[in-house]
Amino acid sequence: MRSNGGTSSARIAWLVVVGLLAFMVAFAAGCGSDDDDEGDSGGEALTELGEGEGEVNLVAWAGYVEDGSTDPKVDWVTDFEQETGCKVNVKIGNTSDEMVQLMRTGQYDGVSASGDASGRLVEGGDVDPVNVDLIPNYEDVFDALKDQPYNTFDGANYGVPHGRGSNLLMYDPAEVKPAPTSWDVVFDRADEYSGQVTAYDNPIYIADAALYLREHDPELGITDPYELDQDQFDAAIELLKQQREHIGEYWSDYTKEIQAFANGDSSVGTTWQVIANLLNADGSKEKVLLPEEGATGWSDTWMLSSEAEHPNCMYMWMDHIISPEANAAVAEWFGEAPANEKSCALTADKEHCDIYHADDEAFFDQIEYWKTPVSDCGDDRGDVCKTYDEWVQGWNEVKG
Amino acid sequence: MRLSRGSQALLRISTGITLAFIYVPLLVIVVYAFSVSRTFEWPPPGFTFDWFDLAFDNTGARDAFVYSVKTGLLATAVALVLGTLASLAVARHRFFGRETVSFLVILPIALPGIVTGIALNSTFTQVLGIDLSLFTIVVAHATFCIVVVYNNVIARLRRLSGSFEEASADLGATPWQTFRLITLPNTRTALVAGALLAFALSFDEIIVTTFTVGAGDQTLPIWIFTNFSRPNQLPIVNAVAVIVILISIIPVYLAYRLTREESTAARGGAPVASGAVTAP
Amino acid sequence: MGRRLADLFHGRPRLQAGALLAGPVGWLVVGYLGSLAVLLVTSFWTLGELSGEIEQTFTLDNFRDVVENDVYRSVTGRTVLIAGLVTVTDALLAFPLAFYMAKIAGPRTRGLLLVAVLMPLWSAYLVKIFAWRGILSQEGVLNWALEPLGIEGPGYGLVAVWLVMSYIWLPYMVIPIYAGLERIPNTLLSASEDMGAKPTYTFRRVILPLALPAVIAGSIFTFSLTLGDFIAPTLVGSGEQFIGTVVRDNFTVDLPFAAAFATVPIVIMIVYLLVARRMGAFEHL
Repeated sequence: MRSNGGTSSARIAWLVVVGLLAFMVAFAAGCGSDDDDEGDSGGEALTELGEGEGEVNLVAWAGYVEDGSTDPKVDWVTDFEQETGCKVNVKIGNTSDEMVQLMRTGQYDGVSASGDASGRLVEGGDVDPVNVDLIPNYEDVFDALKDQPYNTFDGANYGVPHGRGSNLLMYDPAEVKPAPTSWDVVFDRADEYSGQVTAYDNPIYIADAALYLREHDPELGITDPYELDQDQFDAAIELLKQQREHIGEYWSDYTKEIQAFANGDSSVGTTWQVIANLLNADGSKEKVLLPEEGATGWSDTWMLSSEAEHPNCMYMWMDHIISPEANAAVAEWFGEAPANEKSCALTADKEHCDIYHADDEAFFDQIEYWKTPVSDCGDDRGDVCKTYDEWVQGWNEVKG
Repeated sequence: MRLSRGSQALLRISTGITLAFIYVPLLVIVVYAFSVSRTFEWPPPGFTFDWFDLAFDNTGARDAFVYSVKTGLLATAVALVLGTLASLAVARHRFFGRETVSFLVILPIALPGIVTGIALNSTFTQVLGIDLSLFTIVVAHATFCIVVVYNNVIARLRRLSGSFEEASADLGATPWQTFRLITLPNTRTALVAGALLAFALSFDEIIVTTFTVGAGDQTLPIWIFTNFSRPNQLPIVNAVAVIVILISIIPVYLAYRLTREESTAARGGAPVASGAVTAP
Repeated sequence: MGRRLADLFHGRPRLQAGALLAGPVGWLVVGYLGSLAVLLVTSFWTLGELSGEIEQTFTLDNFRDVVENDVYRSVTGRTVLIAGLVTVTDALLAFPLAFYMAKIAGPRTRGLLLVAVLMPLWSAYLVKIFAWRGILSQEGVLNWALEPLGIEGPGYGLVAVWLVMSYIWLPYMVIPIYAGLERIPNTLLSASEDMGAKPTYTFRRVILPLALPAVIAGSIFTFSLTLGDFIAPTLVGSGEQFIGTVVRDNFTVDLPFAAAFATVPIVIMIVYLLVARRMGAFEHL
């Protein structure tokens, strides 16, 4: 067998190539004929709620749709299923990008979209406007969360606010002295903590750099950290590349960051309030602050798929998840500020809303919520801003 | 082989070091599972059984385990049928492109999982337009499991003379009778060994699974992965991992028994245990 | 019916082979090669600028990016380097162990060692990586153990990725080598000895050449598994990108580019397989 090894290798390679080519031709021919039906964006919102369809398929962040299977005490789904007859199926999305991609399959009725996904979903025609009159609990949502650029497009509501939080600065007081007041500890002064700096592993983190530059490099004229033209974008990328040298590791989920801080691998970097709380509960001394430059943050929106097979159940779900009880439960479990004002009275920890600044608009005024970067700068610069696609490429370059 | 005392000792030591390298991390998992710290603190500040209670109460983990077993069994069944057919053809027949078959069978496992994953995902969702489900995940797993069955069975068939099968056919047995009465009994252990490995491969696979798992479905590795994104689930994940390690003693023990059975049966120079343990 | 079928097949080996192969080959060619072809076709498409959805317009831009962009070139280089290092490390660790199992240990020890090597294949891959996070972290197990010696572990980064991948894929190297060594008849080794060869000579001239195909068979797995992994680099790296992470990240935002980049490991592995096959490794998988 070895003697003819050469010729049969060649034959195998040849056969594989021919096979692949044959398939490509067949496949390409098949594709040419089938015209892609573009999603019809901006369909009409429902005007009347009908009967539930018996189930609803959701794409959500881990911890947003809990039915007791993670922890029997953590359950705001079973009630809903019993009351409405809509069985809830949930697919966990790990990143905003993944959520957008999942929604594009058309298999799901709704999604808990962060601001960096909502714009893309609307633009792609993947979600429909929502008639908030059909959602009684919408009334009790904090006004500051209504009609925002990440949930309302061309005057139409594209969903209901779920809750919000901010990307704060966390540090280990034993390592980082004196106590920081500015993001400079992770940017211009990152070299002092080289190897101990952490940052959120996502293209949207470019906005954190832009936010810092807005204060520290006024010449660039950054007004909105999500609307960056070429010069501003390059400056942010440059700053992040400098930071890269001092990064111990990037983080993307709770567990990784908690572990990194608890074991001294990271001492300073962006965080969510809940991570600090979990660390402190376990005896770690990490402190959290909102630096003087402000911070980025997220405000998530439950959106309705334009191809929803169960729109009525989805409307019922949207009403349920912002009901005072369910919203309080999810806000407390996930660790964020609830969207419903009345939830604050219902949390197990009575201080929850204070800790998360739920009704502290002065706090949230300093927060720039994630939104999808698009080419339209939203001002007289015109269509020269960097799109999300370019942010992704930029982030790839930062990580190198 | 007669080795000097020195070399023997050296071999023993390096074997010991490698085994330690394999087992220390597993030991660490066990320690974490009992630690009161929820953050991987070391050394553990104290010990507790609580995480195991919580893990047993965790219906999500249980459902995921059942789903993984179901997926593994179905994928193994498909791989058994396809792998056996392919090995019979290649071992017992000469035909044009015979070498290509083994190449083809190996390809799905030799190409990185991410390639297989996104290729199958694109085909399912964009070309065929079918929703991801148990079906898609079984198709994906079976595809890369065929090779372990194929390798085990073909190794056996090569050692086994084909003349019994020929005799059986000449005496008028149908192909099915020949297979059932001659081929099957002789390849039984190879089949079981292949099936065990195929199941193990499927059970712990996460990369291809990520791209082919259906909405709302969770295999155990996917459950573990999503629980890293939930607050405070880490100790429970460790406890579940320890439970799975304990459960896995059953199939590993089966494989062990099998190899012993084989060594006593085969006696002599033949590559006794290779059939039962050859990993993919 | 069965009888008639038997008559049909009897004495017609080609027909028999065809019937046997129809299922598996159909599955692999239509299902698997077909999917790869779909991926390849996708890599020539464009991403719509506004919607971010795939448009079926032919372009070579994705491949141009893969080849010309420094970032992706260094990602490829880094991944191949780590995959190579992991493979070599695993071969070095696995060979003595496999040799001990196959040629020195008694049947009982051998069985136990086999179980010991197979066992980790069953424990969750993700949990093992997280355990390594705990081991390698600043205040983790390794530094705790090394502290009295006054040295520090590598922390997270490329070294950690290399270490963890070597760990995870080690059994995939041990088992083929073990099986390969076991196939070498003991009589051959005795003959070499009887003719006066020293053990080192026997090892170099008899054992190594005979075991090499098995090592290469094992290397197919360690190399390819490292080449495509995206989880270990995310969890124990310090943000370095690998082929797996780039493909994974782009899969959700720019599928055509992800598909184009995925052809890199495909090409690498096909070449690798052809070389491995020539060296007789396929008999040892």
